[in-house]
Amino acid sequence: MSSEQDQLQETNTEERFAFKKEERSAVRSEKGLTEEVVRLISEDKGEPEWMLDRRLRALEHYQNMPMPTDWPGQPDLSELDVGEIVPYIRPDVDKRAGADSWDDLPEDIQDTFEKLGIPEAERKALSGVGAQYESEVVYQNMQEQWEQKGVVFMNMDEAVQEHPDLVKEHFMTSCVPPSDNKFAALHGAVWSGGSFVYVPEDVTVEMPVQAYFRMNSEGMGQFEHTLIIAEPGSEVHYIEGCSAPKYGTHNLHSGGVEVFVKEDAHVQYSTVQNWSKNTFNLNTKRALVEAGGRMEWVSGSMGSKATMLYPCSILKGRGASANHISIAFAGEGQDIDTGAKVYHNAPRTKSTIESKSISKDGGRTNYRGLVHISDGAEHSSTSVECDALMFDNESTSDTMPYMEIDENKVDVAHEATVGKIGDEDVFYLQSRGLDDDDAKQMIVSGFIEPLTEELPIEYAVEMNRLIELEMEGSLG
Amino acid sequence: MATLQLKNLHAEVVEADEKILNGVDLEVESGEIHALMGPNGSGKSTTAKVIAGHPAYEVTEGEVLIHLDDDEFGDEVEIPDDKRTWNLLELEPNERAALGVFLGFQYPAEIEGVTMVNFLRQALNAKLGEREELFEDDDEEEEEEEEAGYDTSPMEGPADEGEVGVAEFQQILSEKMEQLDMDEKFAQRYLNAGFSGGEKKQNEVLQAAILEPSIAVLDEIDSGLDIDRLQDVSNGINALRDEQGTGILQITHYQRILDYVEPDHVHVMLDGEIAKSGGAELAEKLEDKGYDWVREEVYEAA
Repeated sequence: MSSEQDQLQETNTEERFAFKKEERSAVRSEKGLTEEVVRLISEDKGEPEWMLDRRLRALEHYQNMPMPTDWPGQPDLSELDVGEIVPYIRPDVDKRAGADSWDDLPEDIQDTFEKLGIPEAERKALSGVGAQYESEVVYQNMQEQWEQKGVVFMNMDEAVQEHPDLVKEHFMTSCVPPSDNKFAALHGAVWSGGSFVYVPEDVTVEMPVQAYFRMNSEGMGQFEHTLIIAEPGSEVHYIEGCSAPKYGTHNLHSGGVEVFVKEDAHVQYSTVQNWSKNTFNLNTKRALVEAGGRMEWVSGSMGSKATMLYPCSILKGRGASANHISIAFAGEGQDIDTGAKVYHNAPRTKSTIESKSISKDGGRTNYRGLVHISDGAEHSSTSVECDALMFDNESTSDTMPYMEIDENKVDVAHEATVGKIGDEDVFYLQSRGLDDDDAKQMIVSGFIEPLTEELPIEYAVEMNRLIELEMEGSLG
Repeated sequence: MATLQLKNLHAEVVEADEKILNGVDLEVESGEIHALMGPNGSGKSTTAKVIAGHPAYEVTEGEVLIHLDDDEFGDEVEIPDDKRTWNLLELEPNERAALGVFLGFQYPAEIEGVTMVNFLRQALNAKLGEREELFEDDDEEEEEEEEAGYDTSPMEGPADEGEVGVAEFQQILSEKMEQLDMDEKFAQRYLNAGFSGGEKKQNEVLQAAILEPSIAVLDEIDSGLDIDRLQDVSNGINALRDEQGTGILQITHYQRILDYVEPDHVHVMLDGEIAKSGGAELAEKLEDKGYDWVREEVYEAA
């Protein structure tokens, strides 16, 4: 890894703002996202012409689309100044002056690592210094093991160079076209980094493919693109995580995830993410699922000022299925609007959606879901379950489950519960010796248990710890 | 030895401003069994909840004290002379638990997603930790400032935190469950979730057996039990007293459980006061004659 890449993200707040000014004058661009900026990114990455063309087309879509503002109950995006994002992209270029030691990290981030119990070596990795080395080793080992089976797992930027045909065919074409929504268009114009996963026919990758350290170490930043292609009969579990290091670095995250689940393939995409409280987290994640294929989304959304995230499964082939499990946590000043979208476009397709949300100190969570069953998708079934847990009377939680059912022979179930953390429950646990905080923590861990049991132990533990820290109010 | 002492206890419901306890006096010592009887609405459950520190009630007058002998918690915990008497009303519910007060609920909470075994071990460790803190010398306290964080990496999974480790606890739990004739599968079930009425009551007694309180207040632990389960639960209660020397305050409507758990003292509660106290024979008389004669006796005297 180059030393340039070693010098990762800017994390110190003051420096971050200083940095921003410097960048803007360097680009000399007017406010807003311009063609020059997009060309610059593409050039910096040494991209082929076709990718630049795609970026420019995406930019055109972005410029022609209005900001989404009229969804009922949607998070307020008025504070989001997209013009400000440009300088944030530039860290991919050569001016990554920034934290190169643990001590340079803001105190709250250090504190978070401390509390997460991340050991010194790992901290270095996560703060972006040692990560290159550490994660490179891990990454290479895994790659070797998979390479023999023809599995590809690499940085998305590299994939453009090394697997142009696969990328050309799948990248923001049929799954998430830039015309999909304003932020998909934005993403298409300025995307950077991310993961590329390719699993050949009938290959099962037994251990999860993890972009755990990589996310930070390679500076995936806020516009990372994840492209997963699972050929027929293959199986892979991709996990993206480690949240804390993203702390305080960006104010807009607009990632894109595209998953191709071919016939009888099985993909699980899991993520535990924790954003700084000034981040707008606006993503597009979608899977195309062919006959007999199975897609599983497991996501934990923590942090951010506002999140709008609705992983989507399009069940294209007979017998395709999707499971969506999500958990959201909203504290003071946070609006977490998340849910799921499933299109049943073929017979005997099946989906389950399980959404859990927790709100505290005036935070708001919303489940926004869409289940569409097309005419002809007979014998399909869907089941939606949303549970919301509130800590106090200031917090709010809404449920907006839309169902569009154009076929009669289907099985549809929806269930929603909203509850406040019960005083009686807390008192019961307290009377057994747990203090107030531990009692609430225990109730919450129990509440999210269906999600954590789907995750490998280290992610489950991290998820629990993050929530524990949120509840202590020690994550600022 | 420990003594729980209620002195002229007055309490009301915080939100409703409704007075429920009108001067309760009561003393329960370790090793004793007291039955607290009385008609619905007389204040029995309120008494129990106030002892444990339920936030819905406000104490307007009186005291709830616990007196501990220096060897109450075994040889390892040394209780300084000046910390043998505590006013429970100044303490959080979990601190009361750490001092040896246990409340067996009539309607225990159901907590999804939390297995019995994890809950009970965490509760036991929390209690032992809290107890240590309560009896610690004030001077030492500052040195031990909370060590935030975790000892292990998130890659290693949960640490074996606390004084009682997973393996050791598993052993304790199995033994106690066997004594109570409970199926081992209970250990992996979620706390009270989907338990039958009887299973919940049995679970309350199991928790008392594991947490080893000095004084256990059991709120209508006999309600809704069939005869077999009543016997199991009663055996558990007797074992608490006989094996751990726990003092029991048994709240009940009926004589029935007292056939199995023989009380040393019986108290009748009327209108938020102890109207009459006596021995086991008092319970039998109540069974025959109801509560009215007590009421008449009390009002005549007044």
